[in-house]
Amino acid sequence: MTAALEVQVAGICQLTPVVREFTLVPVDGILPSFSCGSHVQVHIEAGGRTLRNAYSLLGDPADRDHYRIAVRLQEASRGGSRFMHEQLSVGDRLRLSPPANLFAPHSRARHHVLIAGGIGITPFLSYIAELQAKGASFELHYAYRAGLTDAYLASLRQRLGERLHGYDSLQGQRLDMGRLLARQKLGTHAYVCGPQSLLDCVREQAAMLGWPQSSLHWEAFAAPEPGAAFSVTLTSNGRQIDVPADSSLLETLEAHDVELPNLCRGGVCGQCATGYSSGEVEHRDSYLAPAERATTLMPCVSRGRCGSALTLNL
Amino acid sequence: MPVTLKPVETYRDDFTFRNSAEAIARFPFPFPEDSYMYSVNIEPATAGAPGSVFEHWFDIDEHYRSEMAERARVLERDPDRCLVMPHMQQAGWDAVEMLMTHLATDYPEWFELERDGERWLWRNHALDLCQRFTFGDPASLPCEPLEYITRQVQGDFAMLDQRDGNLWMDAGMITCPADWSIKFDAGMSFTQWHSPVPMAHQLGVFDRALKYLMNIQVDQPVRRLNWTLTVNPRLDTSSETFHEWGGERAQVSAENVAQRVHLRVELQFMPRLPRSNALLFGIRTYLISLEELASNPAWACRLHRVLRDLPEAIADYKGMTLYRQTVVDWLRQFDPQARAA
Ligand code: HEM
Ligand code: FES
Repeated sequence: MTAALEVQVAGICQLTPVVREFTLVPVDGILPSFSCGSHVQVHIEAGGRTLRNAYSLLGDPADRDHYRIAVRLQEASRGGSRFMHEQLSVGDRLRLSPPANLFAPHSRARHHVLIAGGIGITPFLSYIAELQAKGASFELHYAYRAGLTDAYLASLRQRLGERLHGYDSLQGQRLDMGRLLARQKLGTHAYVCGPQSLLDCVREQAAMLGWPQSSLHWEAFAAPEPGAAFSVTLTSNGRQIDVPADSSLLETLEAHDVELPNLCRGGVCGQCATGYSSGEVEHRDSYLAPAERATTLMPCVSRGRCGSALTLNL
Repeated sequence: MPVTLKPVETYRDDFTFRNSAEAIARFPFPFPEDSYMYSVNIEPATAGAPGSVFEHWFDIDEHYRSEMAERARVLERDPDRCLVMPHMQQAGWDAVEMLMTHLATDYPEWFELERDGERWLWRNHALDLCQRFTFGDPASLPCEPLEYITRQVQGDFAMLDQRDGNLWMDAGMITCPADWSIKFDAGMSFTQWHSPVPMAHQLGVFDRALKYLMNIQVDQPVRRLNWTLTVNPRLDTSSETFHEWGGERAQVSAENVAQRVHLRVELQFMPRLPRSNALLFGIRTYLISLEELASNPAWACRLHRVLRDLPEAIADYKGMTLYRQTVVDWLRQFDPQARAA
């Protein structure tokens, strides 16, 4: 594991009642450069444990002196977003895992269609900076709820003019996904970031239209959702570890000094794959093939069924 | 200790290239065992022992001036050995930044970099160069950014674009390849350019290696060693110039084998380029004659066993079939077991 980056909160901006933007500067030295679509993991000490939440870097990758992230307050928060909203102040220090990119734009696309739902706008802010600097062809479709999840709408409107298509759910404006995808020319790539329902909708329409899989890209990190408590046993040393209802298995292992490779912490990158030999698993990832699930689980999101005991090949 | 650079020697014609005792001592001998088979021999590129070839990301050694002169000569005859597709422009600047910052930090006696925002000043005392330029503005450099910096760094460099679940060879400076060509491989995927390699596909080596490479993160580079044999200390064994060197394989004899045949080791170094998300693939080549290598009898003994038992398909692929037996016969003297038999 590389060392975490030490940063300081240099600015906080409340963009909507539920979205806050943070500007982060290095405590010393310079921040690593990043490519558009990258995210960082923010290490959050909340309620006596460390959460690591992934947030897209939304600044222009050409700006080297600071990072910017935006955090939406989650209703069913396990404390991470609540901490970021209610506790974190200017001058506070944070630790970040260095930028990683699981959502890079396709270099050979002739046209880019960006589809954002609510806070899912964040990775596209770095995209737009980059695509505009390169003079690339793109359009942005942004579904939001006015006054709540429409962060950046005004500035995007100014920057993008007709390339921005906004859809306010309060006014019943709907994005007709089928039509949007159907009118695209060959060589177009589509990128989606937002709630699961938006992802499902794009995937379904794309499949119906026969879009090539490789022209569709999505950023799917949702923070792990809480579940019921369960326990695991490590095969190597017989150690038994209890996983509380509001912690992920990965976080609980880390808290017990069992470090696993991980990048997305959202069940998509495949890094944290762990074998298990017994127990009933509630699989919540979008990485493993159905056949693999009998013996492998993704501890960043998946859990044992309520009260179940899992034996991990660790 | 600062690196001492030798005066220019040649990698062609009169072949004046030789290794000093220090260079021999730090030679990256690639065999951890007495036998060799393709494997996913990739490891995190953590900093190695001081003075070793693994100490820094980009190793500069006594042959620096010779190698740069050789690169200039190859490019003069064949400028297309450096290729940068339009979508790899940004990766080129990434490479400029990575190479300049690491060289200036690791070899301050030879390289200096001053940065004032986007206004950079680069000094290379080894080649007596001084260049002011605007980072990101290609017009401010005398040539393509990738070409500019790799004319000043030992080893070949490919830059791979990552898309569609594969890596694509869309840029590179390749003047000293071991029997391949950037012109032929340009635009190919990892899977495609590796297709001539025997056995490894069946072993699943390339599928696993590709997955590993695509997950390389910024500041967490990995490395591996690859090897072959080359007749004469010739760096440019490119497919394009096969007519110049292919025939030399037939000239190896019991009399000249120790001086003519060289073990050629590639230290391959793979860092993620942070701004472009492309992967850099450095191929730093080290040459050592059998005679120099045998100054370390343990190496000579091991090389004897490796070459004697190397599967024929691999020996064929590496182009040593014509003279392998001559080499094995000469190396046998260093293998106590074989001598006793
Ligand atoms: C993206 C980085 C890489 C590049 C650009 C690259 C490029 C090449 C090229 C051009 C060749 C010659 C193929 C020919 O005969 O035309 C080759 C050979 C080979 N590569 Fe790679 N390679 C890369 C990474 C790797 C990795 C990670 C492995 C790990 C196992 C690997 C294993 C091999 C092997 C075993 C050969 C045969 C070499 C021999 O026997 O001399 N390569 N590679
Ligand atoms: S960390 Fe990415 S799948 Fe678990």
